Amino acid sequence: MTPRPPPDADGVRAPAAPGDRRLATRLATWALRHAQVFFESLGRLSRTPFSTLMTAAVIGIALALPTGLHVILKNLQQLGGGLESAARISLFLKKDTSEAAARRMVRELSALPEVARVRYISRDEALAEFKRLSGFGAALDALAENPLPAVIVVTPALRQAPEAAARLLAQFKAYPAVDLAQLDQQWIQRLYALMDIAARGVQVLAVLLALGVVLVVGNTIRLAIQNRRDEIVIIKLIGGTDAFIRRPFLYAGFWYGLMGGAAAWLFIALALGALAGPVDQLAALYHSGFSLQGLGAEGAAVLMGLSVVLGLAGSWLAVGRHLREIEPR
Amino acid sequence: MIRFSNVTKRYPGGQEALSDVSLHLAPGEMAFLTGHSGAGKSTLLKLIALLERATRGQVVINGQNLAKLGRRRVPLLRRNIGIIFQDHRLLLDRTVYDNVALPLIIAGFPAREIGRRVRAALDKVDLLGKERAYPITLSGGEQQRVGIARAIVTKPPILLADEPTGNLDPDLSREIMGLFDQFNQVGVTVLVASHDLDLIRTMNKRILVLRQGRLVDDTAAAA
Repeated sequence: MTPRPPPDADGVRAPAAPGDRRLATRLATWALRHAQVFFESLGRLSRTPFSTLMTAAVIGIALALPTGLHVILKNLQQLGGGLESAARISLFLKKDTSEAAARRMVRELSALPEVARVRYISRDEALAEFKRLSGFGAALDALAENPLPAVIVVTPALRQAPEAAARLLAQFKAYPAVDLAQLDQQWIQRLYALMDIAARGVQVLAVLLALGVVLVVGNTIRLAIQNRRDEIVIIKLIGGTDAFIRRPFLYAGFWYGLMGGAAAWLFIALALGALAGPVDQLAALYHSGFSLQGLGAEGAAVLMGLSVVLGLAGSWLAVGRHLREIEPR
Repeated sequence: MIRFSNVTKRYPGGQEALSDVSLHLAPGEMAFLTGHSGAGKSTLLKLIALLERATRGQVVINGQNLAKLGRRRVPLLRRNIGIIFQDHRLLLDRTVYDNVALPLIIAGFPAREIGRRVRAALDKVDLLGKERAYPITLSGGEQQRVGIARAIVTKPPILLADEPTGNLDPDLSREIMGLFDQFNQVGVTVLVASHDLDLIRTMNKRILVLRQGRLVDDTAAAA
């Protein structure tokens, strides 16, 4: 038994059911509907500007926190990168090396292109410095002989990779007068270890706050669903599919995500703007060319993308959970 | 078109709204469903649109056994059934036009066809001048007619109405029933639940009487 569509008002036979129509028309209709719902959901949000902005701000703050910390870490790493090339190599000379030989070696090292600066610390100077810094002056006085070797401190040229410093180290070890060569990099390694911990902390925080964003959007969408309960019931009564009912809420989640991402970006830009002046001043004091790096276009795109994904995830969660509960009776 | 075979509906809590009901409406037939409130009229209509599922027995609509219809296919069933409610269930924040266009949008009709169909439906219920109005500004009879326009705009083969004249005065009620008769004239299967026996008797259609969930009378239209 097939349904017999009644003739039209003007006597023309009713067109075939939607399923029979040409694919192109159906696709065009489908795309048009999506576009309409897309902007309609934005329009709906704009009708309650205050609560929409509040939600966007909450998402923005939640995202700005880990993103901002990430930006700070990135800046620190950049700073650390500058310090790394300033790693110094200490050459402890054999005790029987004469002062003249040591001076000659200093001149030799200074001529190397990889070397930026060479400082010579004679045995006497080393002793004086050690006395001054260690507080063991009296104990050292009791010794008959200066136990300290002479030291040549070599600063490799800037913008050298850590491997280059290691290569120089190997090269210096081969000098006959060198007793021990040491790369003073430990503190940088410690700094890096600390920054790794901080980065991990930021990741954990980011995951938690991302979850927070999902829940915020989910809760907002849940309220929207409840507010439009009657409408959902009616749409279900006249044959609306779950996908049809879901669509405006998913798009609302999309918009929340986008606005939240934009808010986060704005917050970070404002914070960096406030920090840039003092940081430049500090850098100037250190004669450093360092300046604060922002999120960048790529970072902003990633932030927006993630925010949209979180918004969609939140609305998907709410929609999946609550739309089934609403059934016409 | 509509076939009930020994259908029983028991609500959670044990209350039996329909007991062992069997009936058949042929395509293009029109019938009234009557009985006191609580006799099971609404339940019977709800089983047809799958707002409820039968506890026992078989409901077959348009050749489709509803017991075998999965949740995902329910919307497609409902698109073939126009439903009219006593409280008309219009969206109050949308214009008359948007309310009537909604089933077409849901069913994915192309944009250019929607305007034509909405106007044809509004013309049929004599509300062409009100398309930009909001339902709240209309009278009860007009609101009900918007509900009817929405139910018929997709030209469904089946039309169900649950107490469509419940809140209307006798003249308006007769007018609404006349509309149903018109749709039936063009081939739509119509089932109207109403307790207004006086009005129903003047319509000269098949009358089904429910009492306490049982079908106790089935009078065919006088030839």
